[in-house]
Amino acid sequence: MTDADIRKAILEELTQIAPDIAPSDVGDGDHLQDDLELDSMDFLNLVSALHKRLGVDIPETDYPKIATLALAVAYLKTRIG
Amino acid sequence: MSIFTMPSLGADMEAGTLVEWMIKAGDTVHRGDVVAVVETQKGAIEIECFEEGIVETLDAEIGATLDVGAPLATLRTPAKGSASAARPAADPKKHAKREAETPAPPTEAPPPTSAPMGATPSEVTTGEIPAASPAARVRAAERGIDLGALVGTGPNRAIVLADVEAAEPAAVKAAPVSSSAKPGLDMAAMRTAIANAMARSKREIPHYYLTQTIDLQAASDWLTATNATRPPDARLLMGALFVKAVSIAAAQVPQMNGHYDADGFHPAKAVHAGVAVALRQGGLVAPALHDAETLPLDDLMTRMRDLVARVRSGRLRSSEMTDGTITISAMGDTGADAMAAVIYPPQVAIVGFGAPVARPWIVGDAIVPRMTVTVTLSADHRVSDGRRGAKFLAAINTALQTPETL
Repeated sequence: MTDADIRKAILEELTQIAPDIAPSDVGDGDHLQDDLELDSMDFLNLVSALHKRLGVDIPETDYPKIATLALAVAYLKTRIG
Repeated sequence: MSIFTMPSLGADMEAGTLVEWMIKAGDTVHRGDVVAVVETQKGAIEIECFEEGIVETLDAEIGATLDVGAPLATLRTPAKGSASAARPAADPKKHAKREAETPAPPTEAPPPTSAPMGATPSEVTTGEIPAASPAARVRAAERGIDLGALVGTGPNRAIVLADVEAAEPAAVKAAPVSSSAKPGLDMAAMRTAIANAMARSKREIPHYYLTQTIDLQAASDWLTATNATRPPDARLLMGALFVKAVSIAAAQVPQMNGHYDADGFHPAKAVHAGVAVALRQGGLVAPALHDAETLPLDDLMTRMRDLVARVRSGRLRSSEMTDGTITISAMGDTGADAMAAVIYPPQVAIVGFGAPVARPWIVGDAIVPRMTVTVTLSADHRVSDGRRGAKFLAAINTALQTPETL
């Protein structure tokens, strides 16, 4: 998967979980919880959705590594291999 | 014959707009069936029927804004009386009624209807109802688009605004769209609704407040260890532990759990925990998680997930809007240390959890860093006093010290 594929996957899952957020609202460096105001349940649902879609089980200890879109793309790329 | 009326879906509701009928004349309806969708200041709510019967006439038109109590439909009921089909919000008997409603009411089962069953019209089942966000429902109603004809791309294939927009003719699409993040929700209306309910609360309820900082290390350690072994779908959130701990405590201290109306306080038999969910565009809703004190933690977490998902996509039910017997509001992972919340009438208590944070804590003779959370109880002085409130907070503390038993 290319960075663009991963980015698209994250944005699609994110906007399903948070239908009030448009893909264009999500800046690469925006903190998903502090800036976009995902609550802990939304964030967990995003982790679940990415697990299902990409087959990557993101442990809780790695949550800081997907705190922004840019971080998440880089992290998932290494995990998908 | 019985008249099904616009129900009150909470202290802050005066009127609602009928967005969708799920029934038509001739349909058979059962208790718990969703019969209509009503747009309120807190989004679209699925209205449940609390009576058996055959729909005689629909008495309200889609798009009509109706006061609470206005007739919506006429039902032909099997045998008895003319009680309103929609359960009034302040009905003090509602908890007893709910007990009967839940799984199988052996004695209260309605007599078998002999007459019109042969002509069995389409029955209402939840499976037939297209899940849709409030924004999508409103837009579809405005544009005369049939939600049933659309394929949803939202959570659980719910229809979201984009799906409705995709179905609109191009010319219509050019119509001006509200600039708010979620066009279907009127944020000014929600703010007004919250203002009215909270002003009423502060006017009528003599609040008192108690705060206690609780050692959360055991719960935090247990949660980390538990989640480390689980896939994301099965993980728990600290918020679920909070809801369970409060529900256990509320079952032990009945003065915190119930409704206060013109006749005074009615303690509830079960704990229907209102879970406050903040909306990103402002405002909040606190739908009830039924029988929270008896739910195993994993089930409670599943139900909370479902509740939050439906808050986001607009699929809350009328019973969830009115059945709450106590509310829990948690700051989440980060934020303020403590939250003294305003009681949601007709409830008599609300528990605010600040963000959990590591603090210096005394264990034995040593000062050690421990995860802690500050819990604030706002309670109704007409019903309880500080001593009772302190007992309640102590019960929350006790429950959180043995997370494995929650």
